[in-house]
Amino acid sequence: MLNKVYDWIDERLDITPLWRDLADHEVPEHVNPAHHFSAFVYCFGGLTFFVVVIQVLSGMFLTMYYVPDIVNAWESVYYLQNEVAFGQIVRGMHHWGASIVIVMMFLHTLRVFFQGAYKKPRELNWIVGVLIFMVMLALGLTGYLLPWDMKALFATKVTLDIAQSTPLIGDMLKTLIAGDQHIIGAETLTRFFAIHVFFLPAALLLLIGLHFIMIRKQGISGPL
Amino acid sequence: MSKEKQSGKEKQDISRRQFLSYSIMGVGGFMAAATVMPMLRMAIDPVLKAEASGDFIATNVKVDEITTEPQRVDFNFEQKDGWYESTVTQTAWVYKDENGEIVALSPICKHLGCTVSWNSSDNYPDKFYCPCHKGVYDKDGTNVPGTPPRGPLDRYQYQINDGVLYLSRRASEVGGE
Ligand code: HEM
Ligand code: FES
Repeated sequence: MLNKVYDWIDERLDITPLWRDLADHEVPEHVNPAHHFSAFVYCFGGLTFFVVVIQVLSGMFLTMYYVPDIVNAWESVYYLQNEVAFGQIVRGMHHWGASIVIVMMFLHTLRVFFQGAYKKPRELNWIVGVLIFMVMLALGLTGYLLPWDMKALFATKVTLDIAQSTPLIGDMLKTLIAGDQHIIGAETLTRFFAIHVFFLPAALLLLIGLHFIMIRKQGISGPL
Repeated sequence: MSKEKQSGKEKQDISRRQFLSYSIMGVGGFMAAATVMPMLRMAIDPVLKAEASGDFIATNVKVDEITTEPQRVDFNFEQKDGWYESTVTQTAWVYKDENGEIVALSPICKHLGCTVSWNSSDNYPDKFYCPCHKGVYDKDGTNVPGTPPRGPLDRYQYQINDGVLYLSRRASEVGGE
């Protein structure tokens, strides 16, 4: 049945080359842990992507309950964690995933660094990788405020103090991020929410797309 | 422009194709700008908005009650945080210095923003002390070198009306670094 559906579509749209080009590639021996166990270091990039997918999915589901409003944010997190079936699990995935994704990304970066895989012709992908690194840190930072508890509030105060200590534009920068010159409040939370849930994930997916296109074009760097 | 190149000749240099592509770029640029400009202006509004009036708030302290010993003064005002209005309480440590000048210090630690208080640690008598990471300040708010704070405590501005102390809503940084 499914085969028939596939064939029916393929006959009209010729979709086989599309996924073949994406998926039908042999894994080179030197990156395959089944051949050389030490090749597990090549897994960290893929694991980073795997956790990013979990973050995006669990985050989307969290927004079914979460409200970015200073009166209700904390209550909504409390509710989804304690009253909603599996809410604790989904929040747990997002909470722990946020740290694991940074660890995986860091290990991946170490591998690329110590293997010298960033060298010509892959310099551009190193640059894109650094941008991904920054977007990811920003996601962790903006997400941290959302539960709107004491830890979230004071962590953000420190963040904004750091931003404010930027020479010359510090005050403007702080106001731009916080949404108010003095208050960390209603407008800060909505801003962080929008940035966390729309702006940064969009930037992240774009950059990851570039990252993968470049890998596809250039192949994985050769054995050491 | 050189003399040989006359304006009539230049006109002919623009082909139909070029003209069209310039037009499309112009129209496209206009459409892109008209789309993006309102959004950017909206996003940066907090930076450009004029600050709410800096009027002074009455405290419940009479000026002749103020001694040379710092006392804690709480005062309230209505705060508008976007669409959210609330009454907030600010705290100041208020005293008169040797010259009889009133000093009103902010209790917010200049390290990481905990709350400092006067004379609250037995180890640091007659100092402002922050329990979070043992920050210490002299009576005039100067941070004691070797403790975590990065600068002196902020100060409120004050006014005196009918013998009552009025303070500014926000404390401001002392001097420039
Ligand atoms: C790599 C991507 C991401 C990272 C590193 C990240 C990180 C975080 C962190 C650290 C928190 C605080 C969690 C807690 O205190 O338990 C958080 C909360 C949240 N995030 Fe994300 N996030 C990511 C992607 C997303 C996406 C794509 C969405 C939605 C489309 C999203 C929606 C939310 C929501 C609604 C919350 C508040 C609920 C809560 O605190 O449990 N996140 N995020
Ligand atoms: S916050 Fe006061 S010493 Fe660290």
